[in-house]
Amino acid sequence: MKYLLIILAFVVPKTISAQNCTYTFIGEISDFHDATPIVGATVHIENLDKYVVSDINGKFKIENLCEGNLNLTISHVACDTKSVSFSINSDTYETILLEHHIEDLEEVTINGKTVKENTNSGQETIIKSQDIYKYNTLSLGDALKEVPGVSSINTGSTIVKPVINGLHSSRLIVLNNNVRLQDQDWGIEHAPNIDINSADQISVIKGSGTLAYGGDAIGGIIVVNPNRVIVKDTLYGKTSINGYSNGRGFLINSSLNKSFKSGWFANVQGSFKKSGDLKSPDYYLTNTGLNSKGITLRAGKKSFESGFEAYYSYLNSEIGILRASHIGNINDLINAINSNQPLVAEDFSYDINNPKQDVTHQIFKANYYKRFKNFGKIDIQYDYQENQRFEYDIRVGDDRDKPALDLNLTTHTLTSNILLDAKNNFEHNAGVLFRFQDNFANPDTGVRRLIPDYEKYDFGAYFTTNWNVNSNLSLDAGIRYDYNFINAYKYYKTSRWEERNYDQEFNDLIIDDLGTQLLVNPEFTFHNISLSAGAKYNLNSNSYINGQYSLTTRPPNPSELFSDGLHHSAARIELGDLRIKQEVSNRISSTYNYSKNKFQLNIEGFYNHINNFIYLKPTGVEFTIRGAFPVWEYQTTNVALYGLGLAVNYQLNDRFSITNKSSFTKGNDLSDNQDLIDIPPINISNQIKYFNSDLNNLSISLKSEWVLEQTDYPNFNFETLNPTTNQNVLVDISTPPSAYHLLHFDSNVDFKITENSRLNLAFGVSNLLDTKYRSYLNRLRFFADDVGRNFTLKIQYNY
Amino acid sequence: MKTLKHLSYLLIASLIFVSCSDDDDNNNIPDPVNEEEVITTVTATLTPAGGGTVVTLQSQDLDGDGPDAPVITISGNLAANTTYSGSLDLLNETESPAESITEEIEEEALEHQFFFDVSNDLFSVAYNDMDADGNPIGLDFIVTTDATTGTEAFTITLRHEPSKDAAGVSAGDITNAGGETDVEVTFNVTVQ
Repeated sequence: MKYLLIILAFVVPKTISAQNCTYTFIGEISDFHDATPIVGATVHIENLDKYVVSDINGKFKIENLCEGNLNLTISHVACDTKSVSFSINSDTYETILLEHHIEDLEEVTINGKTVKENTNSGQETIIKSQDIYKYNTLSLGDALKEVPGVSSINTGSTIVKPVINGLHSSRLIVLNNNVRLQDQDWGIEHAPNIDINSADQISVIKGSGTLAYGGDAIGGIIVVNPNRVIVKDTLYGKTSINGYSNGRGFLINSSLNKSFKSGWFANVQGSFKKSGDLKSPDYYLTNTGLNSKGITLRAGKKSFESGFEAYYSYLNSEIGILRASHIGNINDLINAINSNQPLVAEDFSYDINNPKQDVTHQIFKANYYKRFKNFGKIDIQYDYQENQRFEYDIRVGDDRDKPALDLNLTTHTLTSNILLDAKNNFEHNAGVLFRFQDNFANPDTGVRRLIPDYEKYDFGAYFTTNWNVNSNLSLDAGIRYDYNFINAYKYYKTSRWEERNYDQEFNDLIIDDLGTQLLVNPEFTFHNISLSAGAKYNLNSNSYINGQYSLTTRPPNPSELFSDGLHHSAARIELGDLRIKQEVSNRISSTYNYSKNKFQLNIEGFYNHINNFIYLKPTGVEFTIRGAFPVWEYQTTNVALYGLGLAVNYQLNDRFSITNKSSFTKGNDLSDNQDLIDIPPINISNQIKYFNSDLNNLSISLKSEWVLEQTDYPNFNFETLNPTTNQNVLVDISTPPSAYHLLHFDSNVDFKITENSRLNLAFGVSNLLDTKYRSYLNRLRFFADDVGRNFTLKIQYNY
Repeated sequence: MKTLKHLSYLLIASLIFVSCSDDDDNNNIPDPVNEEEVITTVTATLTPAGGGTVVTLQSQDLDGDGPDAPVITISGNLAANTTYSGSLDLLNETESPAESITEEIEEEALEHQFFFDVSNDLFSVAYNDMDADGNPIGLDFIVTTDATTGTEAFTITLRHEPSKDAAGVSAGDITNAGGETDVEVTFNVTVQ
C-alpha cells in the first residue's frame, strides 16, 4: 500500500492539470491498542508546511485542499512519530493509528537503558552487559554469581553450572534468545551451552512464577538475551582481545550490528577462546585446558506492528577434565582424598588429553510477530536444536581415542504466544508449545549407554495475566498444563532388572531377551499442572514489596529414570528408578526493595517445599572385579528449602560506593530428618568501588568474597576394606572444606577515539592473595585445590 | 495478506516436522552395545616348579558392574616349601568369543602393572617379566611358600597408567603407584 502511494505521489500531480482546491480532510488520531483518541498530537502538513493539533476527540481538520497527494507527519510526546500520505480527490475522512507505548510494554527504563523484565511479583535480577563483560573470559555460571542466592556447582573451574536457591540442573530453565536450551542438563558435569560473549543481558528469575517459559522450573529461570535491535540507520560493533595469566589463555570476541530505519537488521558475533592448564597456588591442574569457539548470526525485520527474526548459533567447547580426578575404584578415591594434592600434577601444557568433553550445540530459530489494533500481539516461533556430546575417558588399546559417551539430542519446538494488552490495566498472555525430542546414544562407544535412546513429545498450554489495579498495586496469576510422553528403548542387564525388582512389575515392557541383557521399551506419560499468583505493591515512591506463590511440577529426567552403572569420576554405582513420579514444589517468596538517591536495598526471602523430591542417596555396596563400590540410588523424599538474599548499595560520595551481597540457604530432608547434600554455604561479598566520570570513566574496585564452611550436611561417609593394609578405612566424602576468603581487584577505563568509537581497557586480578581453597560445591574438591591468582587484561574497541 | 502468507509458511514447516518425526517408528530400536574393555574374569594359574598339582585362582563377574558379586573359585591349597610359577589371564566374557585383555596389557605393558599383596606374609611373590623399560608387569610371577602354613588374603591389583618410576613401585610396592585401579581381587588361599 505504502509503495503504491509513493508512486501515486509522483504520478497524480502530472496527470491532473486542473487544480481544484476545495476539499476538506478530517483525520482522527487514536491509539493502536485500545482505540482511545490521542489528544494534542501535532500534525505537520508537509505540502503546505502548516501545523494543526488534534482536539479532545483526537480529530483535526484541514480545509481548502487541492486535488493530489497529502503528506502528513504526526507526532505526539508519548508516541512514535508517524508519516502518512493520502491521495485527495474528494472530501476525505481517515483514521490514523499511533503507537502509544513506544517501549515494548514489558520493557521498563532503568538508568536510561531499556531492560526487559519478565515478572511482576517474582524475584528477578538483571545482569547488564557491562557486568557480563567482567566475566567474558569465564562462563555463564560465573557471571550469574553476581546475583545473591545464586551459586554454582562445578567440575573444576571450567564446567560451571548455576545453582539458584540451592537447586540446579533439570530444576532450572535456561533460555537463550527465547529458546529453551535442551542440552542434557541433567548431568552435573554438563554446563549450559551458552557463549557468555553472545549475551547482552541476563535475567535471573528465582522460582517458577514465569509460566510462559515452562512449568518445571522449581529452582528458577535464566533468561539470556542478545543485544536489542535499534530501529535506525546505524552500523556498530565491538571487538575485544583478552588475555589471562592463569591457564595462559586468550579470548577474542567480535560483533557487528547493522540496522536500518526501516527495521531491517543483521548481527554477527563470534568468539574464540583457548587456555591451557590452570594453576592452583601450589601446582598445575593437569589437563584443565579449554578450547571454545562460538558464532551467532541474526537477521530480520523489526517494527512495532510486525517483525521476524532468523537466528543461528553454534558453540563448540572442548574441555579437559583434571587428570588426577580419573579414578578406578574406591581405594583410588581414598588415596586421592588422603594425599591432599593431586596424584598427577605435571608442568604447564595447552594439550587437552583424556578425560575430556567435546560438546557442540547448535540452535536455529525463526520467529514472527504481528500486532493487531485493539487486540494485542501474536508471536510464533519455531526452533531446532542439536546437541552433540562426546565424553572421552582414559581407555586402552584400540579404544583409546573412542568416546566413552556419544549422545546426540535433537529438539524441535513450536511455540505460539498471544499477548492481549488492549485494555490499559490488563495484560494477558496465552500460549501453546509443541516439542519433539530425540535422543540417540551411539552404541559404537563400546561402553554401555549412560542414558538410553528415547523419543519425547511435549505439549504445553498456559495462560497468565497481569492486572495493574492502580498505580501502586499490580497482581499477576498464571496457570499452565504440560503433557510429556517418553518412549524409550533400553538394554538392562538381566541381573540388574531382577535386582531392581522390575521383573515383578515391568516384565510386560520386555521386547527382546538377549540372554544376559533385556531390551525393554518403557513408555511414560506425565500430566503436570503449574500455578502461580502474586502481587507487587509500591509502599511509596522509593520502595515496594512483592510476594508470590507458585506450584510447580517437574517430571523425572532421563538419568533419574534410567541411570544404571558405574559413575567413574565419583567411584560409585548410580541407579535410576522407573517407578519415580513427578516432584511437586510449593514455593512462596517475598521481596522488599528500597531505592533512594544514594541507597539501594533489596531483601529476598523464600520457602520451597518439595514433595517427592528426587535425589541420590547411598544405599549399600556392590562388588565388582575392580573392588567394592557404594551404590547411590535415585529416591524420593520430601524436602524444605528456605533462605534469604540481601543486596545493599550505598553511594558514599560522588566517587565511592560500597556494595554488600549476602545469601543464606538451608535445605532439610523432612522424611529422613537430616540436612540436604550440596546446599551452598553462606556467602558474603563486599565491594568498594571508585568511579570517576571526569577521568575517562575510570573505575577501580576491590571485592572481598567470603564463603563460610557448610556445617549443615548429611553424613554419607562409609567404611571400606583397604586390601593393602587389610584394614577398614573411613571414606570421607561428606565433610565440607573449610571457609575461605578471596580478594578480587578490578579496574576499567575508557578512551574516546573518534566521535563514534571508544576504547576500553580493563585490568583485573582474581584471587589477589593466591589463596589456597577448596569449594564444597566443586566435584573435584577431593582431588585438587581450586585455582589461584589470575591476572586479566582486556582491550575492547567499540565502534 | 502478508501475515497470512508468513503464518502459512510456518504451518507448512510445522506439518513437515510433525510428519517427519512419525516416519521412522520401526527403525529406532537400538543396537545392543558390545561392551569393550570390561574385565569379567581374572585367572591366576600357579604351577609348581617340580611338578605337582596346579592351583588356579579365579574371580569371575559376568555382569561387570552389575549387581552380582564376582564368583571366586580356588581349585585347591598351596603346598608349603614350594615354588610356583604364576601367570595371569584376563578375559572379557561379555563378548563371544571371549576377548583377551591379557593381550592388550602385553601390548601396552608400559602402562600397566600388577601388584600382589600378601597381608600375612605367608608366602612371597616376585615379578617374572618386564616391559620395554625394564620395569615389571606382573603377568608372570613367582610364588614361593616356606614351611609356615595357614590362610592368606592374597590380593591382585592391576593399575592402569601407574608411575612405574616412583619409589618402591618397581619392587612391587603399590603405595606410590598412582594410576587407576582396573582390577582388585582378593583370594583367601590356604598353605598346607
